[in-house]
Amino acid sequence: MRQEIPLLITAIVGIGFVIQYFIPHWPFSRMSDWFSDWFSIVGACAIILGALNLLKMSIEKTYRRKEDWGYAAVIIGTFLLMTVIGIAEGRGFRNPGTSFDWLYNYVYIPLSATMFAILAFFVASASYRAFRARNFEATLLLIAAFFVMIGRVPVGHTLSSFMPVGWQLSDLASWVMTYPQTAGQRAIMIGIGLGIVSTSLRIILGLERAHIGGGK
Amino acid sequence: MTPCPRTASRAGSLNILLSVFAFIAVILSSPRLSAQEQAPTDSLTRDADSLALANTPAPPVRVTVADTDNDAGGSISISWERSADDIEGGKVNLYLIQRAEVVDGQPGEFTEVGDSPAGKADYSTDDGNTSDDASYFYKVVAVGVVYNEAGERSEFTSESDMVGPITSSPQWFHKQRINTLVGMFLLSFFIIYYIVQAKAGKKLFIRKIAGMEAVDEAVGRATEMGKKIFYISGIGDMDNMMTIAAMTILGRVAELSARYETYLDVPVCRSMVMVTAREVLKEAHSKAGRPDSYKDDMVHYLTDDQFGYAAGVDGLFVREKPATIFFMGQFYAESLILAETGNSIGAIQIAGTAMPSQLPFFIAACDYTLIGEELFAASAYLSKEPKLLGSLKGQDIGKGVVLAAILLGVLLETFGVWQLSNLFSVID
Amino acid sequence: MSTRAKELIALGAITLFALSFYLNKVWGRGTFEFPTWLSAVVIALIGLSLLWILVLTLKGRLIERRVVFVYVGFAVALPLFMSFSQKITISPEVYQLHDALMELPAGSKVLISFDYDPPSAPELQPMAESIIRVCFEKDLKVIVMGLWPQGPQQANLALEKVFQDSAIVAKNLQYGKDYVNLGFQAGNEFVIQRMGSSFESMFPSDYEGTPYKEIPLVRNVRNFSNVDFSVNLSAGFPGTVEWVQIAVDRYGLPMGAGNTAVQAPVMYAYLNAGQLEGLLGGMSGAAEFEAVAEYQAKGTKFMLSQSFAHVVVIAFVIIGNVAFFRSGRKSKLRGN
Repeated sequence: MRQEIPLLITAIVGIGFVIQYFIPHWPFSRMSDWFSDWFSIVGACAIILGALNLLKMSIEKTYRRKEDWGYAAVIIGTFLLMTVIGIAEGRGFRNPGTSFDWLYNYVYIPLSATMFAILAFFVASASYRAFRARNFEATLLLIAAFFVMIGRVPVGHTLSSFMPVGWQLSDLASWVMTYPQTAGQRAIMIGIGLGIVSTSLRIILGLERAHIGGGK
Repeated sequence: MTPCPRTASRAGSLNILLSVFAFIAVILSSPRLSAQEQAPTDSLTRDADSLALANTPAPPVRVTVADTDNDAGGSISISWERSADDIEGGKVNLYLIQRAEVVDGQPGEFTEVGDSPAGKADYSTDDGNTSDDASYFYKVVAVGVVYNEAGERSEFTSESDMVGPITSSPQWFHKQRINTLVGMFLLSFFIIYYIVQAKAGKKLFIRKIAGMEAVDEAVGRATEMGKKIFYISGIGDMDNMMTIAAMTILGRVAELSARYETYLDVPVCRSMVMVTAREVLKEAHSKAGRPDSYKDDMVHYLTDDQFGYAAGVDGLFVREKPATIFFMGQFYAESLILAETGNSIGAIQIAGTAMPSQLPFFIAACDYTLIGEELFAASAYLSKEPKLLGSLKGQDIGKGVVLAAILLGVLLETFGVWQLSNLFSVID
Repeated sequence: MSTRAKELIALGAITLFALSFYLNKVWGRGTFEFPTWLSAVVIALIGLSLLWILVLTLKGRLIERRVVFVYVGFAVALPLFMSFSQKITISPEVYQLHDALMELPAGSKVLISFDYDPPSAPELQPMAESIIRVCFEKDLKVIVMGLWPQGPQQANLALEKVFQDSAIVAKNLQYGKDYVNLGFQAGNEFVIQRMGSSFESMFPSDYEGTPYKEIPLVRNVRNFSNVDFSVNLSAGFPGTVEWVQIAVDRYGLPMGAGNTAVQAPVMYAYLNAGQLEGLLGGMSGAAEFEAVAEYQAKGTKFMLSQSFAHVVVIAFVIIGNVAFFRSGRKSKLRGN
């Protein structure tokens, strides 16, 4: 019964959701609203589970002085700092001028922005390593990448302003983005859509069970 | 002495005459005095009238009301022909929609229920705004707003004719989604047909997916090197199909790693994913015959924050130096940060995502990448179960139908035939 | 020199660089700018050093990836001190969004959804500021909301920036009548779905806590049918895809979008299908919109850094291919 009950619930809810898409009449019109509300409630409660798990593992690591326990100590310290300050500020903890807001603006935002900014460096190193004209397709990709990278910045206009309108680098970049790139994106998206339908059907029919532990 | 009688009568006549003249004078003077007092009021009235005449817009005409189709009831759609003064720089600023409920067969008091800016000619009340048990009358009022020199605002309105009665009602079928229903039945038929075929023992050809062929090799590498395997399931929650697909693949990978007794570390970004992944791992270890090798700490939560998660995982990569890393699920900008860090420590990386924007990054930085639908096929591919492989075949047939429709549609539209592409339309 | 020493030198250089900005601000000296001759010298030095790296690669000495990082750092940071102007070519999809806003009659309601957080702000904030400015200039009413928690805060920052413009201040726009910030609502795509029937159910009060019914601008806005246009500024999920799938496809809401450069390619499919009325992609999209709106701001200013960075990446791709062909030729010679 351990697997049968979840499978039955999955089948009933899955089929119900498919039907509700086609029936505007009450109660079908409200089904997705009800489920979304419950999902939000369950998700909000689940956050506590995750936070407790994080604290538990970090405390254990720090207590037992395991390898790299210093990072776990930092996690505990910063977790408690943000939590205590947020609670102490009361309901208006997000208002401008509060300590929480200060930590958010001068600690969290720069750290997030730094992680995002690392992308610029990693894109360069990944391009340096991976963009090789190994074969015909790779060469084609390289040429398209060149046109798009140069065409999307003003330097492209400067370099190709002598060309007739429609043949400048920015025009070629627009063409690549609008036609071949879009066609490729559409093809991938169609495939993904079909894959989602197939996976959903397998899960609803109970054929796919690995996500609840497998079994026949 | 006694007055002369002729003189007295002559004086009396004169008095009467004088009185009459005075009376007439009084009568005549009174209206003239009233007229002088009324003169300012009349001019005010004439000014106000001319102001109203100059600024009152023409009313909207040909108002139509109808029950909004394909809804759950409680909605009426109103459209009208715009006022003749609804032009650029014209007198109309907006349209007010007024509604009156029918009471005892007669429209009650009209109240305002909404507005539309000038230039628009339709309005839909939202679901639940009208009662399906009542009837209503509607009016559309064109409003012109004028400010005088003192900045005082005046409104000039003109109403359309009253239209109704109309009642809203819910529908049992969304007629505009019939093409989706047909498509769904068709695709489901193909998938179920091939599942049945596979169950009956028919051999189905499925092409090799390089990333899936390499899973054994990747897990084996980690076993030989005595290092960990990391499984990163993305930043999506359990309501996302990519995360569900990632969990199904996790089950297969976990079973393999349990059999080889290799430690599988699963840092997650969402609490519900943590709970699900723990169940998956526990069952996978039981299935592999090694229930004691499962530990709850194999699956641990880091943070919900995207870049906090990326930073945490990167730190784990650099410190723990795993031999194998799987990236399966929904990723965003952190994909390249994770993949490049994994590359820098020399791990073998197998990625799979259905995020078209992140695929190029994984392809550049990982050894193998499952592109789009290959992620959803991976679980079936790894299990080698005929029923699941049959569903892949059905999915491919569905893709073939879509491909044929695209080719045919392009050909027909080139010659101006739009009917086929209209069948696929889902936009109103 | 050891790796640790190199890392320490790089860290020191970055700290000095950041400190110079801070000290300039504290001392009230304004932004330091290179004179034109110095900018030209810096560009020439970078170009010559890249040529030198090419020569080294041809000789068989491959550079490590940290050198690539240093050059990208220079390419992004040094143009901040330069003041070259560049001609910005405007893409058709940017014109499309601008024209869609221009065609709206005065008084139309524009819903702007701020679905991004501070890390994506360098790309999306300039777009937000330009779009809000254009709306105010055209006397359009702006309703702001967010599906990301930090979205409404970003919206307030954008509004603050726009209100620094004296031309906008002169319009005497009032909160609640001409613009409103409805705040954030959790629930991702379910929020969009619920807004299709009732805005008030998702936003019972605005960002300041004023009840929905008491806000003049939105008290008669029940759902998407009462909104004339919308713009979605998105950095991920939930974002433009969800808005198109629900608000555009199901409720017929006309919509334009601004996305990060990574996400923008995915949106071309929706743009070409007519589901989006205009698209701004990344910082270049922001700069193009500023150009078409004739108001130069951050997007235009940072395009120089983007130009330099693109050129440096292309240079390293060429150097990498040279190394690849050289090693391929060498192994062929060995094989012979």
